[in-house]
Amino acid sequence: MSTNTQSAQLPNKHDVRSFDSEFVLDLLKEMLRIREFELRAEEQTLAGNVVGGVHLAIGHEAVAVGVMKALKSEDYVTGPHRGHHIVIAKGSDMKNIMAELMGKATGLSGGRGGSMHMADVETGLLGVNGIVGASIVVATGAAFSAKYLGQDRVAAAFFGDGGANKGQFHESLNMASILDLPAIYVCENNEFAVETAVSYSTGVDHIAERGSSYRIPGIIVDGLDVLDVYLAAKEARLRAVQESRPTLIEAKTYRFKGHSIGDKENYRTKEEVQERMKSDPIFKLKHQLEDAGWLNEEQWNEMKLDVENEVAAAVDFALRSPLPDAATALRHVYSKEVF
Amino acid sequence: MRELTFASAFAEAVREEMERDPSIFVLGTDIRIRGGHFGQLKDIGQTFGPKRVVDSPISEAAMVGLSLGAAMTGLRPICDLNFEDFYLGAMDEVVNQIAKVRYKFNGQFKCPLVIRASSGVARATGPQHSQMLEAWFAHVPGLIVVAPSTAEDAKGMLKTALRGDDPVIFSFHKMLGNMKGPVPDGDYTIPFGQAKVLRPGTDVTIATYSIMAPKSLQAAEELEKDGISAEVIDLRTIVPLDVKTVAESVKKTKRLVIAHEAYKFGGMGAEIAAQIGESVFDYLDAPILRVGSKHAVIPVSPVLQEQITPGKADVVEAVRAVMEGVAVR
Ligand SMILES: Cc1ncc(C[n+]2csc(CCOP(=O)(O)OP(=O)(O)O)c2C)c(N)n1
Repeated sequence: MSTNTQSAQLPNKHDVRSFDSEFVLDLLKEMLRIREFELRAEEQTLAGNVVGGVHLAIGHEAVAVGVMKALKSEDYVTGPHRGHHIVIAKGSDMKNIMAELMGKATGLSGGRGGSMHMADVETGLLGVNGIVGASIVVATGAAFSAKYLGQDRVAAAFFGDGGANKGQFHESLNMASILDLPAIYVCENNEFAVETAVSYSTGVDHIAERGSSYRIPGIIVDGLDVLDVYLAAKEARLRAVQESRPTLIEAKTYRFKGHSIGDKENYRTKEEVQERMKSDPIFKLKHQLEDAGWLNEEQWNEMKLDVENEVAAAVDFALRSPLPDAATALRHVYSKEVF
Repeated sequence: MRELTFASAFAEAVREEMERDPSIFVLGTDIRIRGGHFGQLKDIGQTFGPKRVVDSPISEAAMVGLSLGAAMTGLRPICDLNFEDFYLGAMDEVVNQIAKVRYKFNGQFKCPLVIRASSGVARATGPQHSQMLEAWFAHVPGLIVVAPSTAEDAKGMLKTALRGDDPVIFSFHKMLGNMKGPVPDGDYTIPFGQAKVLRPGTDVTIATYSIMAPKSLQAAEELEKDGISAEVIDLRTIVPLDVKTVAESVKKTKRLVIAHEAYKFGGMGAEIAAQIGESVFDYLDAPILRVGSKHAVIPVSPVLQEQITPGKADVVEAVRAVMEGVAVR
């Protein structure tokens, strides 16, 4: 980790008590919202109510929540194919997200995009993306625009370890470095690209090391620890707005579910997954909060109930939403109808 | 009216639009000092400085991707890829990202950007610096594709691009850059999707665009000596394509030749011929003939290159053939 940024007044990631209790409880609730959403999205997919492929982000919650809590609402975000957690954490309404999975007119993209193509102009989400690596270049452009317009805004790109092997990653980091862009590159390293292990596919031990090739700080964080992610992202945002310099964050996480729903997972054992699930980011924070005396069983149950109700309402909304009007199928190809 | 080269008319449009709209910036390689490899942006860097004329490393994917992110967030990029062949390093950004961004997000974002690159064959430009890829781009919903042939159109169509909300692929033929033509004074725009009759005629229609437009005009002059009156139509925009103007002309002339420099096989000529066949087949007195490159890589040796790429003589020959009603060529 290398940085010039003042960090003396920042809280200590190892001590939950050095944070504000409301803030940490909110982190927990946000992660829980994502988890519950994903579990119900899986259910709905298996029930045949979802159209198109779905990549669940169970295990990635701490990365999205940690980064988003460090960003301001006006900051731009892009994400990869595995992106529900990012869309939720950035602030889109779950109802519209669930509706998008079901290809409904009320979906975030009006049923045109599905799981891999959600954007929300209201929240500054410039889209999750079906093409690996594409999120990286788009955020680079948004960072360029923020700087060009003199705005106190940054752009964060989320992508996987697979995305870090695309040319777009290298071109973007170099571009952001030479142009001094306020960009944050967040690699969610869940150790696999489909079935290909990162140890096989990647010519460095840590993707964060690649930052040094571009004079960008490369920071490794525990992607299963939301406080660690949050602090690194906060520092990255500070660097972006104060120095107009990019940061590469590698969040070491793990994918607790298959690549997509229906994945046979022949590339790893059930035992391995069980073992790794002991580091579940949600339960880790829950225990930290309990140890600090900030959360008891009753509060936890209440929080869970809240979240379950919210997600159930989203499922209900999505199921009851109308399908898109077939007559609109050619709309939005161009700004005016061309054909 | 003033006479300007195609390249300086293009640069004039960029300058005027950048003065009008501070959200326009240029991103390209070797652009700020040199003004691009064809002088297409000469002096723009000196006038507007490094904030608005941004030199890029050779990173085509990042150039186009950055332009997309900037366009989605309030800017209007002119992305200069130098040679059209270099699009191929950014094809994912062009086809999967830029072209789809408006549609897949249900119209939430505009994508006002222009990608300029030099297309086509010049003497000895060879296999990787000569291509005309407009048919590839035309096949992708979401892209506007323009290929003007005159200085007047270069200026007016670029202005239209910079005031619109769609991604525009601007095909700038190398051999047109130094060609001079009249350019109106003052501000004007040229709408997309409107072909222009460059030369009226009664015996045969030649539908064309880009470099084959001036070559077709020369062909028409030669044919006139033999008493053949050719109407030359410059399509100007590939997408949206104005087949209607061609159809109207064919109703009058009863014959059609389509001429472009890109490969004949799978080229725009096939699309235009099909559409004319679908719409005004009954008016045709002869088969539609297409003039385009033969299906080979463009070699560097000029002797070989000439064998493959079409010229004035090929247009003349095709017109003579349709005048005789010849089916096979
Ligand atoms: C350019 C491209 N190549 C291949 C794919 C197919 N694909 C979809 S997701 C994926 C794995 C990506 O792995 P990673 O970036 O590590 O993200 P993760 O799925 O692990 O979250 C692949 C190969 C794609 N969508 N885009």
